[in-house]
Amino acid sequence: MSKQKKAKAPRGKLGRLEKKQERAGWAFVFPWFVGMMAFTFIPMCESFYYIWFKIKVRRGLEFKFIGTGNLTQIWLEDPDFLQNLVTYIWQTILEVPIIVVFALIIAMMLNSKIKARGFFRLIFFLPVIIVSGPVMNMLVSEGAASIPALNTQSVVNAFDTFLPTSVAQSIGTLFGNMIMVLWYSGVQILIFLSALQKIDPGLYEAAKIDGGSQWECFWKITLPTIKPMILINAIYTVIFLSSNEQNTLITMIKTAMFSATAERGYGYATAMAWIYALVVTLIVLLFFALLGSKKDIYDRMVKRRKRAMKKEARLVKKIERRSARNVKKLEKARKKRKYRTYDGSGDY
Amino acid sequence: MLEWCKKYLTKEKLHRFFFGTKEKQGFLKQFTTYALLIAIGFIYLYPVLYMFSTSFMNQNDLLDSSVKWIPSTLYVQNYIDAGRSMEFWTSFVKGIVIAGVPTVLSVVSTMIAGYGFATFSFRGKKILMALLIFSYILPSQVTMIPTYVLYSNLKMTGSLMAFVLPALFGNGLNAPIFILIFYQFFRQVPKVLIEAAQIDGAGYFKSFVRIAIPSAGPAILTVFLFCFVWYWNESYLTELYVKGIASTKSFWENLVIQLKDFNTNYSDRLSTGDAATSLSESVRMAATALTILPLLIMYFFLQRHFVESIDRTGITGE
Repeated sequence: MSKQKKAKAPRGKLGRLEKKQERAGWAFVFPWFVGMMAFTFIPMCESFYYIWFKIKVRRGLEFKFIGTGNLTQIWLEDPDFLQNLVTYIWQTILEVPIIVVFALIIAMMLNSKIKARGFFRLIFFLPVIIVSGPVMNMLVSEGAASIPALNTQSVVNAFDTFLPTSVAQSIGTLFGNMIMVLWYSGVQILIFLSALQKIDPGLYEAAKIDGGSQWECFWKITLPTIKPMILINAIYTVIFLSSNEQNTLITMIKTAMFSATAERGYGYATAMAWIYALVVTLIVLLFFALLGSKKDIYDRMVKRRKRAMKKEARLVKKIERRSARNVKKLEKARKKRKYRTYDGSGDY
Repeated sequence: MLEWCKKYLTKEKLHRFFFGTKEKQGFLKQFTTYALLIAIGFIYLYPVLYMFSTSFMNQNDLLDSSVKWIPSTLYVQNYIDAGRSMEFWTSFVKGIVIAGVPTVLSVVSTMIAGYGFATFSFRGKKILMALLIFSYILPSQVTMIPTYVLYSNLKMTGSLMAFVLPALFGNGLNAPIFILIFYQFFRQVPKVLIEAAQIDGAGYFKSFVRIAIPSAGPAILTVFLFCFVWYWNESYLTELYVKGIASTKSFWENLVIQLKDFNTNYSDRLSTGDAATSLSESVRMAATALTILPLLIMYFFLQRHFVESIDRTGITGE
């Protein structure tokens, strides 16, 4: 906040119109701001406070401070949670690239000139409508989610020889639920499609005139243009997978929240939720780090060139400084008559 | 004949046919595109087809291994039993209320917030935008328990208020996405229009109602559809807040929640002799089909507008 104020301070006093605008802007945003504070920000702080307590529901909440007790309890007594967490991490890391790449391919095919475009779009947007927890659960439990011809066990065995078992298992479930994984890419297809439609066709024409093939067009025009969308889609996928009802972790949190035994309860469940949230955030950050570099190659080259020029300039300055120093030294030495110069009188 | 072949099927022509020219796509590429689209389209349709075909099978068809896709008779009893067990019509109407009321409120509130972000410059805007994105990335599990405590303190669990109140303040389900969509859309509305209205004496609010809202048709449709679908499909939060997880029997039960408890409910009914067929996968599939049927019908009617509006909304932004 203070930084913001400092940056804005030199602008001086606001004019009348600006003041009015500012008031109007706040008026429009204010309801959202209130809601944000009441339903997101304050609960977040509260839940951070809950971690350190054992909470009993007895006509209102009863707090008893236990320090890090909840966290150690998860660590020591709940092997299921940790194991599910590891499986979740592997699955997410495996599924996100598949979903994003798949969505991109389908979006590009839907964007090209094909007949019956409306029909295909109708099919590929279907998952946007249907994706919901119980429906998915029903379909998965009845075996509608996997292709019967696909034998997953052999795949798992093959991967098991050179990968850790948990990873191989995740790969196996990935193949087993391939249809569901593809189904999760409904919204992503949509986002990619509308991004593709915004690319200026003139760019492609220019590239074609210069003799570029479609392959080159894809790598040099399409991909750089929609790069930010790839990041957005990756993050959307991570968030979606984490709050999806297929996920066993969030059901575990809910059962812990309402568990009848005295050992668990709100405090324990919040501790679980925070660990989970931390993991999700770390995964989001991972994708940020992988995909989020904003500069493209041109920018990087420019930066490198600038750095080289700066270095050169520094070198020149250094040399100048040194020569000046040397000149001064010589002057001094000459004043002290260390050197004798020939002044044209007498013998040489 | 051979002569003709030699004359017309030259190597260049064949090459042009298969690989195309710069202007026209070749046969091979078109063929692969269509083949891929159809194959993947089938994968997308597979669960739906499976669901519908299984839901019409009777007991014999399920056991008969020669019947795989097409049931021997259209056995509608599954649907009747499933619908009766789920109390289809009441759950359907309740589901529309549960999804519809928050959706309308959410559309209005997120539109106001998005307009505020898009048109005005004010101090603290950047921080608020950062908060907006942060609130999207924050997993909802973190805030879930204190929010639940808050609602139960306000005696709002087990009533619709638990959905209405956040939606009223622009913090409903996935609200950050909608705010961003509106933000993106209103930035594209030419500022000149609004300025002209203001020169003619319209205030900020009036120019919003008279100029901005009428031009935001596609964005409103997109947000409305998404919001409705997401609220309709949300079973986790509905169960927690609106139905009230602590109470066993509640007034607010929509189709999705009925589907979730379908197995136990149905066996209860079966034991009292209220249903004709025993619980089988075809009954379960019939129940699933009934749950998503309203959305499917809505989608088929609105899909043209839906796709078009996505083209025009600029859902993504730069």
